[in-house]
Amino acid sequence: MFSRTYKAAVTLPPLVWVTVFLLMPYLLMFCYSFWSVSASQTIIHSWTLDNYRQLLRVDVYWQTLLRSMWIAARVTIFSLLLGYPLAYFLSLYAGKKKDLLYQLVIIPLWVSYLVRAYAWKTILGSDGVLNTLLQYVHLTKHPLEFLLYSPFAVVLTLTHIYTPFTFLPIYAALEHIPRNLVEASHDLGATPGQTFWKVIFPLSIPGVLAGATFAFVLSLGDFLAPLLLGGPSGIMISNIVVSLFGAAFNWPLGAAISLCMLALVVSLLFFSERLEKKWSFS
Amino acid sequence: MTTSETATRSADTPAQAPLLRIQNVAKSFGKNVVLRDISLDVAEGEFLTILGESGSGKTTLLRIIAGFESASAGEVWMGEERLDRQPPYRRRVNTVFQHYALFPHLTVEQNVAYGLRVARRPEAEIASRVAEALEKVKMSAHAKSKPSKISGGQQQRIALARALVNRPRLLLLDEPLSALDANLRRQMQVELKSLQREVGISFIFVTHDQEEAMVMSDRIALLRSGELEQVATPREIYKRPATAYTAQFIGHTNLLKGEVQGGVVRCASLTWTAALPNGPALFSLRPESVRLALGNALPAESVRVSGKVRHQAFHGATELIRVECSDGLVLVVRTSGSSGRLDDVELEFSPADAVLVRESPERT
Repeated sequence: MFSRTYKAAVTLPPLVWVTVFLLMPYLLMFCYSFWSVSASQTIIHSWTLDNYRQLLRVDVYWQTLLRSMWIAARVTIFSLLLGYPLAYFLSLYAGKKKDLLYQLVIIPLWVSYLVRAYAWKTILGSDGVLNTLLQYVHLTKHPLEFLLYSPFAVVLTLTHIYTPFTFLPIYAALEHIPRNLVEASHDLGATPGQTFWKVIFPLSIPGVLAGATFAFVLSLGDFLAPLLLGGPSGIMISNIVVSLFGAAFNWPLGAAISLCMLALVVSLLFFSERLEKKWSFS
Repeated sequence: MTTSETATRSADTPAQAPLLRIQNVAKSFGKNVVLRDISLDVAEGEFLTILGESGSGKTTLLRIIAGFESASAGEVWMGEERLDRQPPYRRRVNTVFQHYALFPHLTVEQNVAYGLRVARRPEAEIASRVAEALEKVKMSAHAKSKPSKISGGQQQRIALARALVNRPRLLLLDEPLSALDANLRRQMQVELKSLQREVGISFIFVTHDQEEAMVMSDRIALLRSGELEQVATPREIYKRPATAYTAQFIGHTNLLKGEVQGGVVRCASLTWTAALPNGPALFSLRPESVRLALGNALPAESVRVSGKVRHQAFHGATELIRVECSDGLVLVVRTSGSSGRLDDVELEFSPADAVLVRESPERT
């Protein structure tokens, strides 16, 4: 159908792009993760597993990784709990207001991530909107300290930021369910509740999986929200990677941690894709 | 109600009270009027077809009965129960959807079991009834397949089994055969009809295909632009069409515009006697009621006219020929298919076959 030259012309640029900007850096990172740093801060190009040993031996690394996963898991759950009902309502019951409401969900995505993170800082801080209000109505006497610079603040902010990302695939999945299936279910005597659990929800699972993967992967690798709102207890693994590549000048260890995260994320994507395939019927 | 109980009722015995009563139902979407003042009864065990062109409102009427749309006015009763106030999942009515609407994530068996599962029937009963229903539509071999793995005709059978397994009092079928190819379609028409006789459940069958309606129905309700044009048995609706639209929609016909004057009908050069009031009149004359007059002795009252054959279309057993008479009148005639090439012909028909029909005014 297309000539060989044409095929080569369209496939080559993306291949080159992926090689130069993705595969090469990964390869470099892979190499770095087996090298080490001398006391005089030069990279020693000899192969060692020390970085990976350190990762397991030093508590702060794997604990932070676990905490990051726990934060990401909470963000995933909360954004699903917010995103699913929203998508469900919009897709099935919004009627004529559907397009408008859809835009309203999308608009926050146009606002810079940084602005949204700072907004939460303004809301949650000691002199922030929330604490001022609570004291004004005499619910509290002193500012609530746990609101800001805590894992709570990180989870809240990330949930706010990533809910649209869970909403979108769920909404798309719900929109793809033929409405006559819902009618068929009612016709066969199923109440709206039964219809939801037996037809709508099972058919929306690919969307839920895609949304959950988005939320988990994106928040697992996040470093701005913990940096701005996390405080010492809200540090995530990416913050450690950033400092290892920066101030600490331990690129090999940073690369090792990054590779572990990469492996984690890739296997997660792999499993979620397999699950999605299992649950899609179109 | 069990299958064996209902099976004893014949479709021909009129029930004392209708199973379903549609009273003055109307429906509009905004300014768009889809149904106007529809009143229709469906008897126990009856096969009723709602026939109409696309946009005639037939599917909307079916959806009102099923409960997917609410009527703007009017009532739907099933026995003593006001049906149109019930949500669809409380109505003892099941639907076979146009595109079958099988649940893609469930197997054939689970699809058929769906209605019984949501009704929380015991598992043993579900298993035996599902097996029985699959047996009935000859699909037992595909019980464990997913709907996407079986053909359109098979999906059609599953959709039917899924509805019938619930033993509804009334089954609604929304153009269920329209997606099948012609041969399979004819086969399914016969199967569906004998299945309906067997289970004795009332069917309301929606189609745009007049031939399908004729073959299958006990009665046909012809819908035109949201109004009932005529409700009658296939024979009656064919032989005694009430309106010009009915006559043209059901089979071929010649519409003759005439004038009655003192018991004599004049239509172009044709004249015959009829006991009708004076004034303009419209007649439907079926092509098979017109014969070639081949010089044999004819009944005295028959109407005769000569003309030239303009077109001949061979249909196998019969042939349709268009004859232009000397006064410009064109008659379509159905003859037995062995006429050979024809040129000048003489035609005759019996006045009794010219059926007086009402004009069908344009509606929007």
